[in-house]
Amino acid sequence: EKEEKTKDFSDYKNVWVFGEQREGDLNSVVHELVGQGRRLANKLKENLSVILPGYQNIAQAKELINYGVDKVYLIDKKELAEYNDEYYTYVMAELIKKYNPSIVLMGATTIGRSLGPRVAARIKTGLTADCTSLDIDDKSKILLQTRPAFGGNIMATIVCKNHRPQMATVRPGVMKAAEKRENYEGIISKEDLDLSKVILKTEVIDIVREIEDSINIAEADIIVSGGRGVGSGENFNLIRELADTLGGAVGASRAAVDSGWISHDHQVGQTGTTVAPRIYIACGISGAVQHLVGMKSSDIIIAINKDPGASIFNYATYGLVGDLFKIIPLLIEQLKSGATIKESAASFEK
Amino acid sequence: MNIVVCIKQVPDTTDVKIDKKNNTLIRSGVKSIINPYDVHAIETGLQIRDELGGKVTVISMGPPQVKESLKEAVSLGVDEVVLISDRAFAGADTLATSYTLAKTIEKIGEVDLILCGKQAIDGDTAQVGPGIAEHLAIPHCTYIKNITEITEKSITVQRKIEGGFEIVKLQLPALLTVNKEINEPRLPSIRGILKAKEIDVPVWTANDLVLDKAAIGLDGSPTQVVSIATPEINIKGDIFKGTPEEQVNNLVKIFCEQQILG
Ligand SMILES: Cc1cc2nc3c(=O)[nH]c(=O)nc-3n(C[C@H](O)[C@H](O)[C@H](O)COP(=O)(O)OP(=O)(O)OC[C@H]3O[C@@H](n4cnc5c(N)ncnc54)[C@H](O)[C@@H]3O)c2cc1C
Ligand SMILES: Cc1cc2nc3c(=O)[nH]c(=O)nc-3n(C[C@H](O)[C@H](O)[C@H](O)COP(=O)(O)OP(=O)(O)OC[C@H]3O[C@@H](n4cnc5c(N)ncnc54)[C@H](O)[C@@H]3O)c2cc1C
Repeated sequence: EKEEKTKDFSDYKNVWVFGEQREGDLNSVVHELVGQGRRLANKLKENLSVILPGYQNIAQAKELINYGVDKVYLIDKKELAEYNDEYYTYVMAELIKKYNPSIVLMGATTIGRSLGPRVAARIKTGLTADCTSLDIDDKSKILLQTRPAFGGNIMATIVCKNHRPQMATVRPGVMKAAEKRENYEGIISKEDLDLSKVILKTEVIDIVREIEDSINIAEADIIVSGGRGVGSGENFNLIRELADTLGGAVGASRAAVDSGWISHDHQVGQTGTTVAPRIYIACGISGAVQHLVGMKSSDIIIAINKDPGASIFNYATYGLVGDLFKIIPLLIEQLKSGATIKESAASFEK
Repeated sequence: MNIVVCIKQVPDTTDVKIDKKNNTLIRSGVKSIINPYDVHAIETGLQIRDELGGKVTVISMGPPQVKESLKEAVSLGVDEVVLISDRAFAGADTLATSYTLAKTIEKIGEVDLILCGKQAIDGDTAQVGPGIAEHLAIPHCTYIKNITEITEKSITVQRKIEGGFEIVKLQLPALLTVNKEINEPRLPSIRGILKAKEIDVPVWTANDLVLDKAAIGLDGSPTQVVSIATPEINIKGDIFKGTPEEQVNNLVKIFCEQQILG
């Protein structure tokens, strides 16, 4: 289909962000998408809009404008109070067909990764998954979408040349969140959609909140692991506390598991679980090859070890050399205090 | 219960290497396996069949060597397998892949339940499952960790979400994508292994399916991979110096600057 090169997309304009919410709370990824969407829209000299399906959500819409949003499409319906694939797909697809945006961004959350492919398949356009970087090509004005694949071993840049909108889900926690601006001029546009056209075949019966300790390390976003250097089962509480502070899960080396300090469910490595979280923090782990194979695809590896020659440092993105019993409590304290950094220590000694 | 399980053959990821000169994936000599999540999808199908009767058909789109993975599925006890293979399917992104798999499922006909893995460990998109459901105009639910009830007409599942799970009831036919925690996959049986040895895996080509040829393979794929690179991260690490306090401050500073913690 060589003639496709000449496709004219001048009718497709503006950057859209899906305003994901649960129980009336906007997901923090929305602010990140607004921040990134603003930069893309500026580069394209187009507008930035948020699509906000929900119930009694006018206050959220007003608040969003303050973050530099030009237009909020507000869909305020009782049926949309809780997320539902069928209603939400209908809303997104109908509005996209009506207004022809050039770019649509969603968070790569459980909701975004379910809704995104459904919407893209309905309107027959491309969707790039779980992006960690987005940019506009200067010449062609096409969206350059970069994402990790093969468990984070490679980064692929993907384009959607001949279809609109260009859709992407974006990994939470990667893009810089939008900052609040006073008196930003944006508008709220109420959209009335007839949801009775959707014949529901799914029903959310209940939502159960869980304490995260039972988390499956294979699917955790952040893992704090302890090894022989932790010294005892009781000392593992320090590892747990750091994991809790970060909202992550607890992992372990085989040496720690074999010593009976923690159960095998937590073991990372060749004879345990292979993990590829966004952040892996190895505490008192030397970096034996059987451990490394289970975690080396993590996006960011942080090693805490008192031996500067430990092989874990060869794989670490960031390394802290010292006693974990000194370092971890300090780290927990800093993180809990909202991470205010003392001027005096901000200098690098590299 | 007429069940279809979609499986993908993937390279054993820990073996994947990048040719640093050309930034291409070195695939030669890399062992292929059934995508690990898909083994759990097969097990889910087998358990439902064993309880309610019916049959499990495993399908996969890919090159001829995917027959080996389908034979492995036979050794686990599935009833039928189909390979969807044709040069015309090559280069498919998730839209074209899910379209082709949907057309295959339509040809199988009268399907009650479709099972996929949570995601493939190579492409990592998790988009094919919901895409298939959309093409078939049936409901779907992702990240399933448990099935609590199944009848002729509906299925009730636990869907993992951030900080907990949802209990969702779907009318059949429906599509589910499953997490690893849903079950413990069985091992091949002797009978299965013997059956797998003998089976001649059926292959369906584009001509065997009723489909729009413009919607398959490279031509039917809106997305295009334009470059591949190894991530810079993990190559040169920052090893901090100084007192524990200084090192911790440096780390927290980087967390803030790069928005690592969200
Ligand atoms: C077939 C086979 C399979 C295996 N599978 C696995 C597997 O799945 N997973 C796995 O992890 N291992 C596995 N192993 C074991 C592996 O070879 C290592 O023995 C193990 O990983 C070592 O664990 P470790 O790093 O905790 O302990 P060590 O190697 O003893 O390292 C302890 C580290 O802690 C540091 N340390 C000590 N005290 C402190 C302190 N106060 N502060 C900071 N640092 C401190 C030390 O400097 C040292 O580097 C396997 C081995 C074999 C043979
Ligand atoms: C580096 C790289 C990045 C890519 N990024 C994107 C992208 O962002 N967007 C995009 O649209 N395409 C992308 N692709 C193309 C995509 O990988 C292929 O379309 C692939 O065939 C399906 O996607 P997946 O591997 O992500 O599968 P997933 O969607 O993660 O797979 C989920 C489930 O679908 C089923 N399934 C998947 N593939 C098959 C199959 N061939 N046969 C049977 N069942 C199957 C399995 O049950 C599997 O567990 C990318 C390809 C590469 C090499």
